[in-house]
Amino acid sequence: MDTARLNEIVERYPAPAGKILGILEQVQREVGYLPKDILQFLAKRLEVSLSELYSLATFYSFFTLAPLGEHVVTVCMGTACHVKGAPELVATLKRLLGVEVDEVTRDGKFLLTTEDNHFSLTSARCFGACSMAPVLRVDNKIFGYITPDRIPAILEQFGWKESQHRGS
Amino acid sequence: MDLDALKAARQKGLQKLLPDRPRVAVGLATCGIAAGGDRVYAALEAAIRDRGLDMELAKVGCIGYCREEPLVNIQIPGKPCVILHRVTEADAEEIVRAVAAGDVPRRLALCRVETWDPLVGEKLDFGTGFDDIPAYADIPYFAPQRKIVLRDAGFINPEDIDEYFAVGGYRALYKALTEMTPEAVIDEVIASGLRGRGGAGFPTGTKWNFTKVEKSLRKYIICNADEGDPGAYMNRNEMESDPHMILEGMLIGAYAIGAREGIIYVRAEYPLAIARLTRAMEEARAHGLLGKNIFGTDFSFELTLAEGAGAFVCGEETALIASIEGKTGRPRPRPPFPAQKGLWGMPTNINNVETWTNIPVIISRGGDWFAGIGAEKNTGTKVYSLVGEVQRVGLVEVPLGTPIRTLVYDVGNGGIDGRDIKAVQTGGPSGGCIPASLFDTPMDYEHLTAVGSIMGSGGVVVMDETTSMVDTARFFIGFTHEESCGKCAPCREGLKHMLMILDKILSGKATRENLDLLEELSGTIKKTSLCGLGQTAPNPVLTTLKYFRNEYDATLKGAK
Ligand SMILES: Cc1cc2nc3c(=O)[nH]c(=O)nc-3n(C[C@H](O)[C@H](O)[C@H](O)COP(=O)(O)O)c2cc1C
Ligand code: FES
Repeated sequence: MDTARLNEIVERYPAPAGKILGILEQVQREVGYLPKDILQFLAKRLEVSLSELYSLATFYSFFTLAPLGEHVVTVCMGTACHVKGAPELVATLKRLLGVEVDEVTRDGKFLLTTEDNHFSLTSARCFGACSMAPVLRVDNKIFGYITPDRIPAILEQFGWKESQHRGS
Repeated sequence: MDLDALKAARQKGLQKLLPDRPRVAVGLATCGIAAGGDRVYAALEAAIRDRGLDMELAKVGCIGYCREEPLVNIQIPGKPCVILHRVTEADAEEIVRAVAAGDVPRRLALCRVETWDPLVGEKLDFGTGFDDIPAYADIPYFAPQRKIVLRDAGFINPEDIDEYFAVGGYRALYKALTEMTPEAVIDEVIASGLRGRGGAGFPTGTKWNFTKVEKSLRKYIICNADEGDPGAYMNRNEMESDPHMILEGMLIGAYAIGAREGIIYVRAEYPLAIARLTRAMEEARAHGLLGKNIFGTDFSFELTLAEGAGAFVCGEETALIASIEGKTGRPRPRPPFPAQKGLWGMPTNINNVETWTNIPVIISRGGDWFAGIGAEKNTGTKVYSLVGEVQRVGLVEVPLGTPIRTLVYDVGNGGIDGRDIKAVQTGGPSGGCIPASLFDTPMDYEHLTAVGSIMGSGGVVVMDETTSMVDTARFFIGFTHEESCGKCAPCREGLKHMLMILDKILSGKATRENLDLLEELSGTIKKTSLCGLGQTAPNPVLTTLKYFRNEYDATLKGAK
């Protein structure tokens, strides 16, 4: 993202309400994460300290400080999805994507990326599509009423190849 | 815009809503789209174009019967509006062929609607006929419902302000600005008995007065659209299906309170709601309904949209305000309340989406009319998202005071595959699990609190015999532990400890002393936490311990 585009985003916020988070969100959407040099640029431009921007980036789960895979698979871990079997979906996805490392923190949050950087797997609190629980989202597309056996066909739409990604 | 312009806009809207040629409308809220509604829309579009047919194709919001999506409304002039359900793109040809011949495919028909009452404007008369199709009021899912908040949802195009005018939109605002003093507006809201729909149930009119009486040149109003409770999506649909109703409610509130600026704070997980609200704001501005001298009066109002960034605690009002200011969203102790010191230190009134949507009808029909609906001290309706292990899932709007049983069995039709329902969880992570033996409990603020849960924002997650209640308790503590902002120790450390004990219980290594400690910790966290998150976080544990003690006991060491 070049300076011109960054300035364009900043100028979209004439009012202070929601400005800083709005700008960071747009960067996250377009770049896929918050790169250090952009944060440095924004700190100067918005006249806030770099550490302030870092604390926002770590406090809010919308932001990531490292690049994500090309396609992001997000499993809803909300109440309706939990009751309808979300944990099973996570287990299946980890196996299919070969990211079975068990480094999940105790609160259940995780962000795992395949070796070829093609997929990232993460969780969300609720998409507000609870009637279709369990739900998962790939990039911006929501898929409802998911059962583990439907997952391979969904992943294939996003370039998943069994031979390439599946863990042993 | 003046009264004549408003009337003309209504006529223009009616021509779109009730055209003199057939209208086919697809339910396209997030749920409808995910169910394939966008593919159905594209297929219908192609079929109409290929045949060169004379009919309208429109987008509408969601009527709430999410289990039956995608839904398609067919309006043939003079005939009832027929709602088709579980439509796929393969059905498109058959649908347009039938409609072109003045008919609807019976195998897809869910129900027919002859007239619809938008409450704030004249009734919509669709027509009569198709008597072999069940009437809307005879569908068990709809029969117990009373639509006030969702009265337009699924009928009007949320991306077209003209259709909102058609159902009497912005007339309540006109009435408030030209016929009522700000005090009279507040009196009307007080008379209605409306209580905040964001969880705590605080009387809305009284709250407005707190900000109104503050002496300050700048005051703000905020719409809380953070909808943080997992398993709840009422606000999403309210925004996606009828965004102007929120704007109108906020405009009336701003006039009453004396605020000239407002902010809608929406969670980033709701891109479609953000897009439709943004569009609604642009259309309102273009019609002079936002900006200076609205309806030619002295009243001016500006509205901005701010996006959340994925932190549950930002739904709490002081954290939300910090977030709008560009800070990390951590709650601060109250007082001072936002009414005294809110956004940028100025008096601020904050209400939930659904609270704002109730305002236009209260002004239009009067506080007494509203107070006649619902139960003692619990007036009006509430929208619930009925989800989980229940057959008919979706959004349900019923008068406050409706028993849980009605929701779960009459509307929801009970458990899936004949399984027994064990409990419902209400109120999100701050709520509790209510056992089936208490399903006669009326759903109102006081009765839900009395059984250890809360109303919360309206999420109702049904659990059946396959759901482990200890696992459910662990799920919620995991959630609140993760979402704790870490500012106060009882919440930060206490929840971590509870989580450890629950893990021990689930792995079958716990003793009776562990259970006692869990209960004791719950009490301490409730009493000593800084904000509502910690003060209510133990509720899922306390209610499962109270009503499902046997499930905990069965895991204890040496129990087997
Ligand atoms: C942890 C926490 C989360 C909350 N989340 C929300 C929310 O997502 N939406 C909401 O409207 N209110 C939420 N609230 C309640 C708000 O603080 C506030 O009471 C409400 O927005 C007031 O609006 P009302 O009077 O219209 O209900 C939350 C409160 C707490 C303590
Ligand atoms: S709980 Fe999964 S979408 Fe709401």
